[in-house]
Amino acid sequence: MAENNRAVLKLKEKFAASIIEVVEFRGEVTVTVAKNSIIEILSFLKQSLQYNLLTDLTAVDYLGKKEERFMMVYLLCSIPNKDRLRIKAAVTEVDCKIPTASTVWKTANWLEREVFDLFGITFDGHPDLRRILMTDDWVGHPLRKDYPLQGPDREPYKGRLS
Amino acid sequence: MATTETMTLNMGPQHPSTHGVLRLVLELDGEVIIKVTPHIGYLHRGIEKLSEHRTYHQILPLTDRLDYLAPMSNNLGYILAVEKLIGVEVPERAETIRIIMAELTRLESHLVWIACHALDIGAMTVFIYAFRERETVMEIYELISGARMTSNYFRVGGLSQDVPDEFVKKVSDFIDVMPGYLDQYEGLLTTNPIWLKRTIGNGVISAEDAVDIGLTGPALRGSGVDWDLRRDIPYAGYDKYQFKVPVGEKCDTFDRYKVRLVEMREACKIVRQALDKLKPGPVLADNPQVCYPPKENVYNSIEGLIHHFKIASEGYAAPEGEVYQGVEAPKGELGFYIVSDGGNKPERMRIRPPSFVNLQAIEQMSVGSMIADLVAVIGTLDIVLGEIDR
Repeated sequence: MAENNRAVLKLKEKFAASIIEVVEFRGEVTVTVAKNSIIEILSFLKQSLQYNLLTDLTAVDYLGKKEERFMMVYLLCSIPNKDRLRIKAAVTEVDCKIPTASTVWKTANWLEREVFDLFGITFDGHPDLRRILMTDDWVGHPLRKDYPLQGPDREPYKGRLS
Repeated sequence: MATTETMTLNMGPQHPSTHGVLRLVLELDGEVIIKVTPHIGYLHRGIEKLSEHRTYHQILPLTDRLDYLAPMSNNLGYILAVEKLIGVEVPERAETIRIIMAELTRLESHLVWIACHALDIGAMTVFIYAFRERETVMEIYELISGARMTSNYFRVGGLSQDVPDEFVKKVSDFIDVMPGYLDQYEGLLTTNPIWLKRTIGNGVISAEDAVDIGLTGPALRGSGVDWDLRRDIPYAGYDKYQFKVPVGEKCDTFDRYKVRLVEMREACKIVRQALDKLKPGPVLADNPQVCYPPKENVYNSIEGLIHHFKIASEGYAAPEGEVYQGVEAPKGELGFYIVSDGGNKPERMRIRPPSFVNLQAIEQMSVGSMIADLVAVIGTLDIVLGEIDR
């Protein structure tokens, strides 16, 4: 169960005020935390709980579905303990930035560039925040829900299903 | 007074040894690399965005186009993620055939790797040999799915169809001869002085740095980290198979080469174990909500036709929630992270491409070496731009 997860126990002990939600679904534990303590929590997980591999870092756009539009997702993996943990932190559209995790894992460098490119979330303190997949002069962020699938200046997408 | 200055050189995106449309901007001091800046995105097709507008079934063919040298590994990762999300049990025969195909895919991908890697470093013969063996795997692909590369063979809940009768013999014959071919490649390379000079001490990355930068797959194991998802976080029934996980010691290109060669031999052994396990039975789960009806029903009964039409047009709803499924693809950890809002399409589908994360290490592995060694580093990272750019 999620309550007995080794990371959840420690996090509740140390960062009780920052933990917003703990969910378990299909055996995967997701902890939603406050944005302002994200780096502290990630560093703690890496240093003290051996989550040494940052498997993935991405974002989700909940336009019109949640009050806080974006959700940052960090997928951690512990090689010594052979387990995974997902950490999430909400980012609002108005204050569309979050501290960089590239100070904790170097992996985050390119992954954050991709999130910046496709979602438009800015990472404070990132060493090299440039677009990575789209061209430098591209306007807009393609993975945002309000970005048309067909691209700008085209007929809106009507869907494949009749 | 004489001054020295560095030179900036553009390499790619059209360059034979960048394995696709990778562009590197090099800063050089003579022939020594001071800085490498990769530019990617030339093959960006927006597969993640497209996936948000397609039903779970319609996304499957898109996954073939990620790592086009290992299509079945991508299919496997995706369907396992969807199966985890909606909770489908897969029949044993389907699971076994999936393992056979996943391991043949690993062989296929590694064959292309050894072929191109050797060609880049100047050993032409291996290229020709390895592509000959790869052809057999392609024939097996064609036999079961009708396509040589864009297989689209696995289905949520099992397989699209059972394998033909000649499948077992063809696979069995292939893995009988494959270890001999591997000896042949090793005979051409492992003790070849030019090969040794070009690979030993090239692209060194320590175990600690490799984990920090997120390397996975053979690149990580080459640095001595004993980590293989098939064994450590098993999926798709890999826990029922015995295999060794090779690790390197010297963290260089030669060790990564040896790791991949052992992996190919182990893949043959896993396929053999799977063939021994293969028993007749259904290949698709008995789950009418998710799985297509058999073709006889579709052609001969109105109910079957409606059933087929309903899944093809509307798809099926997945429960609200989010799952991540990582698989040990030939190039590293391939992950699919699906967020569902309860509808018939994913709210968000994220693909964690192994090559994208591995390519990040290129700067660390090549600074201070010569341009020609950079070519060896690109080869040893075994990248595919199809999944880097998605």
